[in-house]
Amino acid sequence: MPTPGDVAGEGWPLYEVFVRANRGLSHVHVGSLHAPDDDMALRNARDLYTRRNEGVSIWVVRSSAITTSDPDQKGAFFESPAGKNYRHAKYYEKSAEVPHL
Amino acid sequence: MTLTAPDASATGDLDEAELQARFDALIEADQRIEPRDWMPGAYRKTLIRQISQHAHSEIIGMQPEGNWISRAPTLKRKAILMAKVQDEAGHGLYLYSAAQTLGISRDEMTEQLITSRARYSSIFNYPTPTWADMGAIGWLVDGAAICNQVPLCRASYGPYGRAMVRICKEESFHQRQGFEILLELSQGTEAQHRMAQEAVDRWYWPSLMMFGPPDDESPNSAQSMAWKIKRFSNDELRQRFVGMLVPQAEVLGLTLPDPNLRWNEERGQWDMSEIDWTEFNEVLAGRGPANAQRIQHRRDAHEDGAWVREAAAAYAEKRAARERQAA
Repeated sequence: MPTPGDVAGEGWPLYEVFVRANRGLSHVHVGSLHAPDDDMALRNARDLYTRRNEGVSIWVVRSSAITTSDPDQKGAFFESPAGKNYRHAKYYEKSAEVPHL
Repeated sequence: MTLTAPDASATGDLDEAELQARFDALIEADQRIEPRDWMPGAYRKTLIRQISQHAHSEIIGMQPEGNWISRAPTLKRKAILMAKVQDEAGHGLYLYSAAQTLGISRDEMTEQLITSRARYSSIFNYPTPTWADMGAIGWLVDGAAICNQVPLCRASYGPYGRAMVRICKEESFHQRQGFEILLELSQGTEAQHRMAQEAVDRWYWPSLMMFGPPDDESPNSAQSMAWKIKRFSNDELRQRFVGMLVPQAEVLGLTLPDPNLRWNEERGQWDMSEIDWTEFNEVLAGRGPANAQRIQHRRDAHEDGAWVREAAAAYAEKRAARERQAA
């Protein structure tokens, strides 16, 4: 399946950009850009996505390296957890009023 | 135009009507459409047109202000203006990226812009003769843009909405810096005050035209609203904008150049003079004061930058070849 944005006729490969806002937080996807190589992608990502101290660390990864699930099959693909509400604490009602539980 | 084909294995067993029903249900439930979802061709086409026009507007929008960077009155003003112009470039890039998820390439969009086959906001075809125009652009043009853009953060197409969230966050500094330029001029010497007033006189009507034609003459609006790309009509947004400007103009000590502007209690809206749509249509048709100059400048910049793009590509290719050899 083609990666969105990675269309024929695009001169440079597509990169996805992830930024860590602060130490202790995860890198979060912030957007994408096109660049001729990894180094330029990183520099462009800094200029484009961190003009206001939005981050302390950036990842760039070629979109073509990402494997994704199929949006049209999300029902089937994510079926397993459905109907397993006993995985959530609030399933257990009898203990609801008991302190510290 | 190359369009990303929906994956055959995923959607091949559904016919068009079922796909359309699924799409309609997502829109109805106020869910977002994402790049790899099936979407009607007309929805994709409308988005490509709207998002690329929006991106072009940001890119062309760098010119009227870029023009003033070297002449801004102080070093601090220069730095602020540079930051703002850099933001516009960034906004253009966020939007080009969003449009690219719909299957159009960056090169195609650039080509459409520099060959005048794509539109951009006609507001950028007006000249900026004085420093006060920087203030009026920030206050009025960016103000109108924000008014338009805030509802677009909830646009039904995910990448567009996300780009808009980022843009709106950054845009509020633009409007405030413009307001403060005008405030300072307005409270300055008599000549400075007059310069501020003249800039407001120049930009007031064009900024109201940014919301587009009146609702009864805006054929595409209804469909865009049904698709939840657009959330409010042109006239609704224009009214909202004028309502915000009136008290702000009082703080500035400047006058909005419309003698008929007043709140109509009975109708619950602002009465105003008729907008000169002939002017709007002239500018839109490419006969505005600076249309040719803006496109020429963009084309020159693109052509002058060709060697940089070629060098970057050649360097990337050389390094990749070296890595292949080493492996």
